[in-house]
Amino acid sequence: MTVTNSFTWMIGGPQGSGINSVAENFAKACIRGGLHIFANIEYHSNIKGEHSYYRLRVESKAPRSHVDWVDLLVALDRETIFGDMNKPHPTHRGHRHEVSPGGGIIYDRSLNLTPDSFGRDDIKLFPIPYMDLLVDALKEFGKDKELSKYQVMVNTIALGASLGLADYDFDLATEAIKEGFTGRKAALGDVNVSAARRGYDYAKKSFGEDAFPSKLRKQPLSGKRIMMRGVQAVAIAKLKAGCGFQTYYPITPATDESEYLESHQKDYNMIVVQAEDEISAINMATGAAHAGLRSSTSTSGPGFSLMAEGLGWAGITEAPGPVVVLYQRAGPATGMPTRTEQADLRFALHAAHGEFPRIIIAPGDVIETYYDTFDSFNYAEHYQVPVILLTDKFLASTYQDIAPFDGDNLKVDRGDMVRESDLAAGSDYKRYRWTELGISPRAIPGQKGGIFWTTGDEHDEYGHITEAPDIRIKMMRKRMRKIELAGQVIPDSKKATLHGPKAAPITLVGWGSSKGAILDGMEDLKSDGIETNFLQVRYVNPFPTNFVQQVLGSARRKIGIENNYSAQMAGLIREKTGIAVDNTIVKFDGRPFSQNEIYEGVKDIIKNGIKEVTVSHA
Amino acid sequence: MLELKTYRTQVHNDWCPGCGDFGIVNAIQMTLLEMQLEPHRVAIFSGIGCSGKTPHFVNAYGFHTLHGRVLPIATGARLANPGLTIVAVGGDGDGLGIGAGHFVNTGRRNLDFTYVLYDNGVYGLTKGQASPTLPKGVKTKSMPGPAIVERVNPIAMAVASGYTFVARSYALDVRHLKQTLRAAIEHRGSAFVDVLQTCPTYNDINTKEWYGGEDLPVKAPRLYKLEDSGYSGAVADPSLEEEVNAKKGNALVKSFEWGDKIPIGVFFKMEVPTFEDQLALRMPALKDKPFVEQDIYNRDITPLLDELT
Repeated sequence: MTVTNSFTWMIGGPQGSGINSVAENFAKACIRGGLHIFANIEYHSNIKGEHSYYRLRVESKAPRSHVDWVDLLVALDRETIFGDMNKPHPTHRGHRHEVSPGGGIIYDRSLNLTPDSFGRDDIKLFPIPYMDLLVDALKEFGKDKELSKYQVMVNTIALGASLGLADYDFDLATEAIKEGFTGRKAALGDVNVSAARRGYDYAKKSFGEDAFPSKLRKQPLSGKRIMMRGVQAVAIAKLKAGCGFQTYYPITPATDESEYLESHQKDYNMIVVQAEDEISAINMATGAAHAGLRSSTSTSGPGFSLMAEGLGWAGITEAPGPVVVLYQRAGPATGMPTRTEQADLRFALHAAHGEFPRIIIAPGDVIETYYDTFDSFNYAEHYQVPVILLTDKFLASTYQDIAPFDGDNLKVDRGDMVRESDLAAGSDYKRYRWTELGISPRAIPGQKGGIFWTTGDEHDEYGHITEAPDIRIKMMRKRMRKIELAGQVIPDSKKATLHGPKAAPITLVGWGSSKGAILDGMEDLKSDGIETNFLQVRYVNPFPTNFVQQVLGSARRKIGIENNYSAQMAGLIREKTGIAVDNTIVKFDGRPFSQNEIYEGVKDIIKNGIKEVTVSHA
Repeated sequence: MLELKTYRTQVHNDWCPGCGDFGIVNAIQMTLLEMQLEPHRVAIFSGIGCSGKTPHFVNAYGFHTLHGRVLPIATGARLANPGLTIVAVGGDGDGLGIGAGHFVNTGRRNLDFTYVLYDNGVYGLTKGQASPTLPKGVKTKSMPGPAIVERVNPIAMAVASGYTFVARSYALDVRHLKQTLRAAIEHRGSAFVDVLQTCPTYNDINTKEWYGGEDLPVKAPRLYKLEDSGYSGAVADPSLEEEVNAKKGNALVKSFEWGDKIPIGVFFKMEVPTFEDQLALRMPALKDKPFVEQDIYNRDITPLLDELT
């Protein structure tokens, strides 16, 4: 039976074998053919050699998650198929078990694998002479003497073979491949196209049109689409928001964002500083914010641990920023540096000693990431608080195709600032003036008449140190008033969303990047006759207490779904509302939730009566 | 009209009577006056400890930051808002203990600002523990025993880290200190001034009398001025690697003189492009005016989205 436009593809190989570029080219070719994609990568903390793989899901309607099976697996090496079970400390069993019945594996013919070595008789095998085809392609351009230099191009041959088996439009791939080689490298684009073509023709000719049941067909474009991943959404939103100062210390998976910004700084006028550590990174950013520039820093858990102190200083000095983007990864300590987790919710909420206001937003997908990043800068300046954008490795590195943002409705709000004309000679400017709302109009250093002091000590309205109990009380109330205010001003519609029907026998509760898997999993449950809705909490602070209380107060069975061990959001909900979830589905193996894991987890609860489900497919 | 009191605040000063900090804050105010810098064009940054209170006593934009973090915060402000004259101050524990990593890396950047180290060998506010500049074997009065670790040499560290103006002065010689601070502020690049300073409460070894050499067989001040000894730390041609290395070498040798004779003055000085200059090469718009004065709030992101089609 032929299936059209519902296809999962995976390419695996040692790190450094170019799986990213072919997967992204494949994805681009699909998007330009009117199809929709969801693509995410898993890789080791290693430069060259360790196993990594890239998953691409292609559908006629936009997928929001990945699944744990593969229709077509492309193996650039033996390990992709069989794993590393021969090593003293094996880490995986290979991907042959994940191939769906009727699916297939593309691999190097020179591995000389016998069909029974795969241990499966329900899949199709597509051995391809990678090297022979590559040599042919190189000969065409007189480069066959430099085979070793171009060996990485077997990835493109495999891409071509995949396109051939799926019978997809080759010209769309040609375009995508060529765009990857511009300027002096343009000639290389032609070599790559030739390599892909050879893979394409070989697959078609050797295996026949009906060898592989899953086909991809162009469909009408649903308007302009772009392919974006989380780090790009954050970076572009920062530029849109007028951020002028970015600091970072190299750390996976946050660095891509800063590198993106640095590579565009010339056109967009943004200072990007690589600091000596994350302590410096946050403090530079806070210094810049106080000095009048919108500022930001990006990091992951280990870096954020070092930032705790600086966050407190930004809090007590009521700095108009920075915006801290926290890309969670599996912790604690070094944990699993390249793997995902949602285990820093409590940490983001409580980092630094003492009590001070902070805003924490956890977007659920690429689009929300863009808008939440933009809003973060407005909040930072309007409320003069540090803002934490809480995301993770999974969302950072996941590609989705989306309609380009038009952005016309985005307005920069720099908050209450004093003008020099307000600061006439003799005016008694107080940077921390007590106001009804808790927000004091801010001056920018350099302004005449705006001289102020700021200190991490408790201080009076001028910013001078005090230990007077009455002033302490007033200042604490002033600062904490701001988060209360933010809670009142920011609408619930931004802070949380109830997806699906208003009432359902089961309410799923989640936050952050697992949104997509939950939404897609709900559809599987529905096809199986299980009606659910989904409460997505997007603002960790100010917390949408009333809304959550309303939704969960009338919900029947409540299932918390989180990419951590202890269901931290469920705990926070209980703290804020007094409502406990009935069940949890957690995943803490460093990998993100898939669509089918949501389905399987819910089934385990309602059919098998398991109270707390832990899932892992990896 | 600018006068000395223009630079003073009414804030109650709680430093101990006779504290060396008074000399430093006075010298800072006198220098600002002498240079006719308007208070709103100046920002003073400090770390934590007795010295950390300095900004509160100076009428200028004041940032009392975190222990050891004065340089990162000053760096951010400097880059964001380069119209300000920035003087960062901090104690020896602040800058060379908890903040040592920032001290080194700030030197590498060569931003155009001044860092003044209040160097008295002790952690005063926590009641007299040994600081990183206290020599090994020395026991000040509140320590249970003599220091058992080597001291760091702030001048040598500054030269090695890349500060392009490195000098030492003395808190109780306000005239020399003022001259040195002025030269530091006028220097284009990262200037570091190690200010030897007494702590009358906790450092009973390196006292005013000790600096005065009153304990020596032939009584004579321990401090002598480098420029009086024929020493010059100024690099004439920074493009000559040999000259630069020789001057750095001389500065290092001089910086280890300690005991009966202690040099003060400029150890090393060289004019090379600043961090700000390098950024302006990357972003020519910075040459016109700082980003804080530019409209960067209406950027067109369409080309970036188009790249992703």
